Amino acid sequence: MADKVLMKGNEALAEAAIKAGCRHFFGYPITPQTEISAHMSKRMPKIGGTYLQAESEIAAINMVLGAAAAGVRAMTSSSSPGISLKSEGVSYIAGSDLPCLIIDVMRAGPGLGGIQPSQSDYWQVTRALGHGDFQLLVFAPSTVQEMVDFVFDAFDMADKYRMPAVILADGMLGQMMEPVEFRRGDVTDLPEKPWAACGHQNKREHNIVNSLYIDPPALEKLVQERYKKYEQIKETEQKAEEYLTEDADIIVVAYGASARIVKSAVNSARKLGLKAGMIRPITLWPFPDKVITRRADTAKAFLAVEMSMGQMVDDVRLAVGGKKPVHFFGRTGGIIPTPAEVLEQIKTILGGAK
Amino acid sequence: MAVVFEKTKALTDIPFHYCPGCTHGIIHRLVAEVLDELNLTGRTIGVAPVGCAVFAYNYFNCDMIEAAHGRAPAVATGVKRARPDSIVFTYQGDGDLAAIGTAETVHSATRGENITIIFVNNAIYGMTGGQMAPTTLPGQITQTTPYGRDTNTAGYPVRICEMLSTLDGVAYAERVSVDTVKNIATAKKAVKKAFTAQVEGKGFSIVEVLSTCPTNWGLTPIEALDWLRANMIPYYPLGVYKDKTEKGVKHHD
Repeated sequence: MADKVLMKGNEALAEAAIKAGCRHFFGYPITPQTEISAHMSKRMPKIGGTYLQAESEIAAINMVLGAAAAGVRAMTSSSSPGISLKSEGVSYIAGSDLPCLIIDVMRAGPGLGGIQPSQSDYWQVTRALGHGDFQLLVFAPSTVQEMVDFVFDAFDMADKYRMPAVILADGMLGQMMEPVEFRRGDVTDLPEKPWAACGHQNKREHNIVNSLYIDPPALEKLVQERYKKYEQIKETEQKAEEYLTEDADIIVVAYGASARIVKSAVNSARKLGLKAGMIRPITLWPFPDKVITRRADTAKAFLAVEMSMGQMVDDVRLAVGGKKPVHFFGRTGGIIPTPAEVLEQIKTILGGAK
Repeated sequence: MAVVFEKTKALTDIPFHYCPGCTHGIIHRLVAEVLDELNLTGRTIGVAPVGCAVFAYNYFNCDMIEAAHGRAPAVATGVKRARPDSIVFTYQGDGDLAAIGTAETVHSATRGENITIIFVNNAIYGMTGGQMAPTTLPGQITQTTPYGRDTNTAGYPVRICEMLSTLDGVAYAERVSVDTVKNIATAKKAVKKAFTAQVEGKGFSIVEVLSTCPTNWGLTPIEALDWLRANMIPYYPLGVYKDKTEKGVKHHD
């Protein structure tokens, strides 16, 4: 349908958001996601959209809350320290059942950390991006093409389930250039949002967008209903890529940029006659535990590889359920693991070959 | 028989939860009367604060959003940018607007965001039981200034209208009080002028309303009004601090 163009990950993602019907971007500058803001500031004024550089990450996420409450597709993007600041607003957005898109181009932490790629926000984004009982939809692209495609999926699912979606990328994906194709054209048929606070025009009762429920039984009921929705999402929306897992003795589990490195290591292992395979979680929440649980019956061992000290590995262990050993290898601080390092781990686990 | 007074359509039938003698009720009523008179309710979106007025979303008959503490101007900005033809107002107290939400207040003002803020200043945190607010007066006793606000350690009160009036994005800033019938009439004119400025796209407007908190001040409603007159008005003088509603702030000479 469309021609392939060479684009930087961050810019491709921003352009995809525009094509997905987003006309409201609220952000704050932070490395390594700044190209998203820069692209939006260039494009939005030309197409009647809003690019607003907020005074803080906190203000930006609350502007997203306001725009989402008013019924439009709204987004913000940031990187790890900025995402921490946004967590208050994310909790309110989730508690108000609002759809929106949040981009986290991860860098190393904790604290100011560093500006090189990292995957150490896994826990923050899949477990606790704010106070209270709630979940977010989390997508993990591993190519620039997926930086594009997942924007459409994320907005669609956010609208469908009335909850925030996160694209969890990292500095490597944000900064690299690859050919991309915009497979979906400009989205114009956005869903109706009868719950939105956009002015009732004296034609209906007033809508209230709110996360305050002062009566405990009412709040418990609401949260329980939200969790029923989460269970349904866990049932139907898990996504993962399986690579050479059919006969694999060892399955390496990795997402995002790490999965690119793992794939090379798996290929090298196969050349050496080692039966290695890979499972690449595409949705981090819902975590694709079904495929891992299934493979726990056939594989002999699992290895999680992350650019962190080991966060996703917890979910791998839960999915494997003690049936097989789960190993971990990670680099952190902004260091990207090499295929050779991962291959060494595979060799060691499969019988101590050095 | 001629009807001389009736409930405003811009308020719902839900009874207010405010304490006896609290002036939030009067201020709600003034905002609602203005929405009625300017025929704005259908296209208005209000943003409620965290504080005593947290349930404002139940009382105003327009679409409403409940914001996090201090974030109402940012939420209002998002709404206004998404729906530029709508009328957007926030209703905030002093802790919300002048402490935790200072950045959101100042920057929505400096952007000249075409929204209206109703700022209720009662010099205390009411909902949490009477702690020091950014607007608590020097020497004023609260739960967290039990010996009176000591400016050596707790600093000085914030004068919001004076501060915001220095910003180019502000089209209209007025401080009013609802302690007398005459002042209530002036307050209503100010609220109407602020909303009218927004309808005409003139930029950021704010009305600061000096308000009583008899419960947390430990006074009767009548004593509280006297206390407001004797202590708050001298520190927070009433009047118009900025009026660029002729040309608006988006106009460049």
